[in-house]
Amino acid sequence: MSIQVPIYSTLYNEGISPEILFWVGCAGSFDTRAQRVTKAFCTILNKIGVSFAILGEEEKCTGDPARRAGNEFVFQMLALQNIQTLNHYGIKKIVTACPHCFNTLKNEYPELGGNYEVIHHTSFLNGLISDGKLKLQGGGSFLGKKITYHDSCYLGRINGIYEAPREILEALDADLVELKRCKSNGLCCGAGGAQMWKEDEPGSSRINQARATDIINSGAEIVAANCPFCITMLQDGLTSDSTEKNIMVLDLSELIVQQL
Amino acid sequence: MHEQIIFSILCILSFGFAAKRFYAISRNINLGVDWVPTSTPLEKWKNVVFIAFGQKKMFTKWLPATLHLFIYVAFIFTQIELIEILVDGITGSHRIFLPILGSFYLFIINFIEVLSLLALIGTFIFLARRNLLKIPRFQSVELKGWPAIDALIILLAEIVLVTFIFMMNSADVALHQESYQFILSGFLVPLLQDIDTNTLHLLERVGWWGHIIVVFGFIIYLSYSKHLHIIFAFINTYYANTQPRGKIENMPAIMDEVKSLLGISESGNDNNQLPDFGSNDVFNLSWKNILDAYTCTECGRCTEVCPANMTGKKLSPRKIMMDIRDRADEVGKKLDSGDVAFCQDKNLPLSPTNFSDGLSLFSQISPEEIHACTTCNACVEACPVLINPLEPIIKMRRYEILTLSAGPADWVPLFNSLENNQAAWSLSTERSAWIADVND
Repeated sequence: MSIQVPIYSTLYNEGISPEILFWVGCAGSFDTRAQRVTKAFCTILNKIGVSFAILGEEEKCTGDPARRAGNEFVFQMLALQNIQTLNHYGIKKIVTACPHCFNTLKNEYPELGGNYEVIHHTSFLNGLISDGKLKLQGGGSFLGKKITYHDSCYLGRINGIYEAPREILEALDADLVELKRCKSNGLCCGAGGAQMWKEDEPGSSRINQARATDIINSGAEIVAANCPFCITMLQDGLTSDSTEKNIMVLDLSELIVQQL
Repeated sequence: MHEQIIFSILCILSFGFAAKRFYAISRNINLGVDWVPTSTPLEKWKNVVFIAFGQKKMFTKWLPATLHLFIYVAFIFTQIELIEILVDGITGSHRIFLPILGSFYLFIINFIEVLSLLALIGTFIFLARRNLLKIPRFQSVELKGWPAIDALIILLAEIVLVTFIFMMNSADVALHQESYQFILSGFLVPLLQDIDTNTLHLLERVGWWGHIIVVFGFIIYLSYSKHLHIIFAFINTYYANTQPRGKIENMPAIMDEVKSLLGISESGNDNNQLPDFGSNDVFNLSWKNILDAYTCTECGRCTEVCPANMTGKKLSPRKIMMDIRDRADEVGKKLDSGDVAFCQDKNLPLSPTNFSDGLSLFSQISPEEIHACTTCNACVEACPVLINPLEPIIKMRRYEILTLSAGPADWVPLFNSLENNQAAWSLSTERSAWIADVND
């Protein structure tokens, strides 16, 4: 089965309005590692026949890093243009695989005139599983495998979504081991607040290294994540640790795709 | 009669001076710009009841929370005794509530005695935690000097206060065995066996006066101390922002400007003079940010969970709050001085709108600190009294970027690619190029 990724404007011109808009985000579009997550998510959507489309070239950065860096001007430029596009198509429901895009679209666009139902792909996928639309092969490759889960700040502490990702892991028959610091006490990967684009301020170590230590101490073989920036930071942190034994950082959608 | 006069004078002086201090703090808080909470009355009171009164967030650390609860509950119930002391002090009566309340009075005093003992135990453990066990969050650099002394003073004052209560009560028990059945003080009575009645009266008076003088001192001291939280925790939780945590405060002036640039709305700012953006001083923080700062108890739960701080960066959310409070105090003092040297325009009188002392928040808070924040909200989550240290950090970043056109050099390429390519990275490929190999 070949995977189709429809562009919203094309469908719109044909008079079709897809059920959801998949917001890919900058990382999902440009970062080679995050592209794999994007593809995994599209594979799942194709497999179960969800009607979706992406904005393609019409999508712009949500403005999250600009606003958090303090550059409100750039944030407003991006946000207001995105809202123009989204409102033009009359978009109602957005699903995104990035918790930063999710947060900005959900919490910050309404005051600027953009009101949509915004869902993070973790919640979306978990909904499909519990509705029985997405069937996973039980007892598959994750059976009894120690998997840990890293709460991203923007999905967890900031938006209070702790259970959906854990329910997915349960559905995958994985043996979930919690990190010492998890849920509302979860430790940041170090990328948020536009840190992704700058060198660390002087300090004794890096935040992603501190988080990598938590992961190594958990004894897990796989780290499930929900954020493209966390994936990059954690993998880098793990790689920089010489004792690390090939722990893999994977997005929840990448885990699901292995069990379709 | 002499005692009544002295008491009344002390009472008026301490309350009068405290009122003046609290007026100054309230003025300092109002140096900030207006901010209107969007929370509903129900949300406001829920926070006051559960977070401030109910200490809910304290209990993420059960040991200090329990010890703090002892001191807190003892403090609240001692107010009943304090009311009596005030009435006794002014009218010259002695334990005026005893004949009125009868056995219920004995219950109250016994209850307060039990709480006082628990508070005393708590106080000793707190002293040990700060000075012997050296809990890391009490060792940070921002606690050196006055903050450490402040914490010590209040713990010692608590010991003195409880000592006076037991001195007063046990002397009273020794004097009136049959009617004053205070169980815990009763255990101290054997110590007073060989003391004559006059000395017992004197001991009772020393306990009574000692107690009330510590209280009068405390009322004034509060306004100079982190212990302001005993009042401000309630006010601060009442005004806490209940908007989604991930929503950073909008800047309508810039939104309108950009809307007009994009042709979405008619025109933005008509006067070409755009205001300063972001915050570099208490005058352009919100009054809520300054209230947050005055509410801070310097417990350091925010700094303890800050990922930047725990990896050795200079950022400490607690220090940010302390610096804001100290700056508000400094500006307040200078305004009170009336010194024309602090006038921006020497021809006009000194006022919050005509003030300049050449200093700002950036005099205490370095760019390095505000640049280290990952906006992870761990500090916001950790604060037991709903202080938001992240908001002033973002406002200072805004000042740096928008008003000073400064900031980390690393962010320049980010802003450039956001402006020119509408993407966080400048790449030659198209945004949807990945589709081409989606089936690989």
